[in-house]
Amino acid sequence: MTIAAKFEIEYLQYLDVDGKPVRKDLPEFTKDLDHMVELYKLMVSTRIFDAKSIALQRTGKLGTYASCLGHEAAHVGIGSAMRPEDVLAPSYREYGAQLYRGVRPRDVYMYWGGDERGNDYQNEPARHDFAWSVPIATQCLHAAGTALAFKIRGEKRVAVCTIGDGGSSKGDFMGAINVAGARELPLVAAIVNNQWAISVPRKYQSGAQTLAQKGLAAGLHCIQVDGNDIIAVRKAMGDAIERARNGGGGSVVELVTYRLGDHTTADDARRYRGKDEVDEAWLKDPVKRLRAWLEGKKAWNQAKEDAWHHECDDWMDNEVNAYLQTGAQPVGAMFDYTFAELPAELEQQRAYALSLEQQAH
Amino acid sequence: MAQITLIEAVTQAMAYEMQRDPSVVVLGEDVGVNGGVFRATQGLQQKFGELRVLDTPLDELSIAGLTVGLAAQGMKPIAEAQFEGFIYPMMEHIVCHAARMRNRTRGRITCPAVFRAPWGGGIHAPEHHSEANEHLFANVPGLRVVLPSSPARAYGLLLAAIRDPDPVVFFEPKRIYRQYKEEVPDDGEALPLDVCFVLRDGSDVTLVTWGAQVKECLEAAEQLAAEGISAEVIDVATLTPLDFDTIAESVNKTGRCVIVHEAPRTAGFGGEIAARVAEQCLYQLLAPIERVTGYDIHTPLYRLEQKQLPSTARVVAAAKRTLAAG
Repeated sequence: MTIAAKFEIEYLQYLDVDGKPVRKDLPEFTKDLDHMVELYKLMVSTRIFDAKSIALQRTGKLGTYASCLGHEAAHVGIGSAMRPEDVLAPSYREYGAQLYRGVRPRDVYMYWGGDERGNDYQNEPARHDFAWSVPIATQCLHAAGTALAFKIRGEKRVAVCTIGDGGSSKGDFMGAINVAGARELPLVAAIVNNQWAISVPRKYQSGAQTLAQKGLAAGLHCIQVDGNDIIAVRKAMGDAIERARNGGGGSVVELVTYRLGDHTTADDARRYRGKDEVDEAWLKDPVKRLRAWLEGKKAWNQAKEDAWHHECDDWMDNEVNAYLQTGAQPVGAMFDYTFAELPAELEQQRAYALSLEQQAH
Repeated sequence: MAQITLIEAVTQAMAYEMQRDPSVVVLGEDVGVNGGVFRATQGLQQKFGELRVLDTPLDELSIAGLTVGLAAQGMKPIAEAQFEGFIYPMMEHIVCHAARMRNRTRGRITCPAVFRAPWGGGIHAPEHHSEANEHLFANVPGLRVVLPSSPARAYGLLLAAIRDPDPVVFFEPKRIYRQYKEEVPDDGEALPLDVCFVLRDGSDVTLVTWGAQVKECLEAAEQLAAEGISAEVIDVATLTPLDFDTIAESVNKTGRCVIVHEAPRTAGFGGEIAARVAEQCLYQLLAPIERVTGYDIHTPLYRLEQKQLPSTARVVAAAKRTLAAG
């Protein structure tokens, strides 16, 4: 038999579920315990933020919201591996990565709270990132186009898109990695495989052993990672991003995690998956895992945990208040961003809508 | 000065703007070495290099998504769909992203892209190569739809489309790609994207049209003139946002309106123009509005293709009906 091609997919993990190293060669960045504490703190604040969002939705103060519970290591790991000049094209629940890059909790509340200003990220570097992309996987091609722009301009920057296990079934994902391979674009596609695309399990998305290997068909580097181990996420994403930056080609990084919550607040996951499965997934909790490792290093303790929770509560209260105190946009704003300059016909429709407002008052 | 065809004017406009603005790039299938299946990008890759005139993988979805990404990050991409019948996979990115990026982000990210496609029937092409589907885009907020019908207008409107800060769908009537030549100075002068063109003055009836049907309407106006009927011909060219003032001024003058387009009648863009004439010109109308359009059928394969396209005779007959009515 003549073999045309052979492949294997590396699986990367540094910490087991109890935060104990499973290998000795921990990455260099783990020696900087202050940095590791910062990552941990953002994972915790992301979780507190997420709980606050759900509470807002349940009390009628927020529209439909997509929770990120369980994805904290994957998301914060992605954000921490990027450089400020890189561009993130997220789907719609990667808050950990976005908070790392300067998106404020109030921005997220504004968007899910029915106000486009939530997409007008004020802080760099998020200001040049893409906004949430609701049509599944479409952001992958926007990231590929971004990577193409970097290549044309000769900029040493990298485009990172995130995608779910379900999204990896879409043509947009395949098209993005395909062109990235064909044209050696600096693109890193992170598949956040949380096992569930609303009610459809991972096994019905693809017959492939790993989702990472989809990148092989595109000629990209591929790796599967324990997505609840932030050290592994940070390492795999960092390697992929720096390789892409230096002309070494793009990557598909599969981060294996679990969606501990519902798909969105409009979903009830109890309809399609059992409690046992979710209980088992909680044993792999990414936050608990990094905490155990940090405590083993004497870099974290209960007092610090309590203090940080307290600080996060204040932070989120402040953000929630800022969101709740922001009034709706004026009606004219519905029209104002349709074109750079409002066409005459839209001017008329705008004036009419405004006149209805005046009559109402 | 050289005389050039409509498609040569398209090439000339892209070459001018690529020379002037390094952020302008072209991407699509066969746009590189081959210069496009209609030769619209002839010579551009040789002049501007492989990355700025990029042969993409054979996937319209990818072309559209890449275009959005390029435009959102500071480039001015011109994407080519090989035929308008292959533009449907691109629609998700045009409708869901290009047209609404500015609105979604309150102006933080914009999408100054051009989506070009050869458009319309009449060239004896296979299935899916002869569609008239401009109305599908005319209903999308945040998007401009442009359809030139002469070399000079193709040049000026394409320059304007590339420079425009918002996305533009630019349909090129392939039936008249090489119909005739005219002098088109390569002076970089753009035309406005919100003004209709009055191609012929008249006083008895207004013929409103766009794309390749401009040819039939001008012929109809000639024939009507021979019978003492004075027809005004308007090339809408920039369908959305629509310059209705020019149409209203003409219809208020003539009192009669015939709308001619190749696309199917029901929910075609002629319906929008007819509605506005009814809203704004009713009391000046001397006769019911007439529409001469494609039938509500799929474009036939080419043996029957001409039966679907509005003919000069149908336009003349419709104009005469409006005169007979009042």
